[in-house]
Amino acid sequence: MHAKDYIGFSILIGMVLVMPHLVGNDYYVGVLVFAAFNCLACIGLCLLMGYAGQISLGHGAFIAIGAYASGLLTTKMGWSPWTAMAAGAFLAMAIAFIVGIPTLRLKGHYLAMATLGFASIVHIVAVAAVDLTGGPAGVLGIPRIGLFGFSLDSDIQYYYFAWTAVVIGLYLAFNIIDSRIGRGLRAIHGSEDAASAAGVNTSVYKIQVFALSAVYASVSGSLYAYYVNYIDPGPFDVMHSILLVTMVAVGGLRHLWGAVIGALLLSLLPEMLSFAAAPLQAIGIEYKPDYDIIVYGTILLLIMLFLPEGLFAGLAAGCKSAWNLFKKILKGRPFVRE
Amino acid sequence: MYGNNQILKLEKLRKVFGGVVALDDLSFEVGTETITSVIGPNGAGKTTVFNLLSGYLQPTKGAMIYKDRSLQGEKPYKIASLGIGRTFQNVQIFPDMTVLENVMVGRHLRSRTGMLFSALIPSFLRPEEKRIREDAVRCLAFVGLEHAADTPAGSLPLGNQRMLEIARAMAIEPDLLLLDEPASGLNSRETIAMGELINRIREKRVTVMLVEHDMELVMEISDRVAVMNFGRLIAEGTPREVQENQEVISAYLGE
Repeated sequence: MHAKDYIGFSILIGMVLVMPHLVGNDYYVGVLVFAAFNCLACIGLCLLMGYAGQISLGHGAFIAIGAYASGLLTTKMGWSPWTAMAAGAFLAMAIAFIVGIPTLRLKGHYLAMATLGFASIVHIVAVAAVDLTGGPAGVLGIPRIGLFGFSLDSDIQYYYFAWTAVVIGLYLAFNIIDSRIGRGLRAIHGSEDAASAAGVNTSVYKIQVFALSAVYASVSGSLYAYYVNYIDPGPFDVMHSILLVTMVAVGGLRHLWGAVIGALLLSLLPEMLSFAAAPLQAIGIEYKPDYDIIVYGTILLLIMLFLPEGLFAGLAAGCKSAWNLFKKILKGRPFVRE
Repeated sequence: MYGNNQILKLEKLRKVFGGVVALDDLSFEVGTETITSVIGPNGAGKTTVFNLLSGYLQPTKGAMIYKDRSLQGEKPYKIASLGIGRTFQNVQIFPDMTVLENVMVGRHLRSRTGMLFSALIPSFLRPEEKRIREDAVRCLAFVGLEHAADTPAGSLPLGNQRMLEIARAMAIEPDLLLLDEPASGLNSRETIAMGELINRIREKRVTVMLVEHDMELVMEISDRVAVMNFGRLIAEGTPREVQENQEVISAYLGE
């Protein structure tokens, strides 16, 4: 982690503290809680995609595993929410090893295909294994998680809790990137042959980072289950996995901050679009939430065309040129090329 | 100590791709702390030898003995851990990482920290991280790239990328270094610098084995030269002996 990242952390923490006061409405605080869940899953996915260069189209399945493990173990077995969350994370990790070991030993994007199939299987099990998962009716009465004996009943309490989890998750991820392990992962992305010639055990590292990203997704799913207190298969379909990949790609694969920005932006987008519905109505266009998917597609297309490195890299480049222009203005020569 | 000061022995090494015999019972030895060049026309099987030695390919038959130990069946990362470093004919650097970070990857085997400890402790509090950085700076200085430490590796000119690859390979502290056409694409000034660098590598008691087309470089720095054609060894000896060998002359002139 570099000095700039610590500045990033300060900005993030500052925004987390300020945002509830700006939105001042429980509904929007709730939206920001959901954004936190997506952020957490996207941080893990970014480690896998952006740093190790492997694609998973099935991270929604790991979110489902975390959510269902938490939901079922707390309601049916009476486990504490924390133990159930740990069990879910452990299960997700174990399943990631089972899916990852045969696919990640191969070169190429076998992982993408395997995880896509895996996501469908998990969704089908959630719908059809009625005795275990409750089927389409889902799991009811999941308790709220508590913290050191405090319950986190209000939205605002859960908001701070969920975003603390994001900050911790981001901190751990940054530390991994800035270590011999992280450099090994980035090396695999650069050239797998050269990474192994430098002594990096490439297949083991790819499997480990896949398992780690599954743990991030699973924890995100558990936190989701404890927040909404009710889960059904609906949110865990394959489209959700694709949406997570879109979030990371829009924000910028190559950097963890990109994952945070992408997850935040696309999580808040439906709300922004519903704001836009009223003015559109005034000029005679009726905007329906169904159209959201078109807007997502358009955004992804535009980003891929004009900012292929993602929003974060685009913002960083924009800030840099703005800063250079500012320095020139201070010197009084804004239009002189140096 | 391994027998007769031969760090590497190839015994009747054979590699068949489909119906094509790339290596046809190749046998030769590489003396410890020497510079041994492998030359031959294109398609003679030189790079195949390197890919077998570094574990990217497995031989069809035959043995590769490194320090009295078989390399048969070992994965590339394992071979690196045994002390065999290599560079690639088509430069393989990590373009999105800085020059220094590229070399720091080479210190991978000489550091220990696992994923959990890395995750919990920020890098500036990890003593190992500082040591990796210092070692990498030293390796960069060895090839003369310390001034470029913080530039993205992808933006280096080709000559410097080849130097960077060597710095990264030296960072694993190899006993045997395989250089695959280190001078290809370099201008004459860069080629002279490369020759000097290879001599300095040998002075560090590292055995160097290189595949190279630049005959001037090969004849100047090599202790031994092995000549291959159609997957077979056609001559082996000092540069002078090889230059006077009739079979070598006809292989190169196509008689």
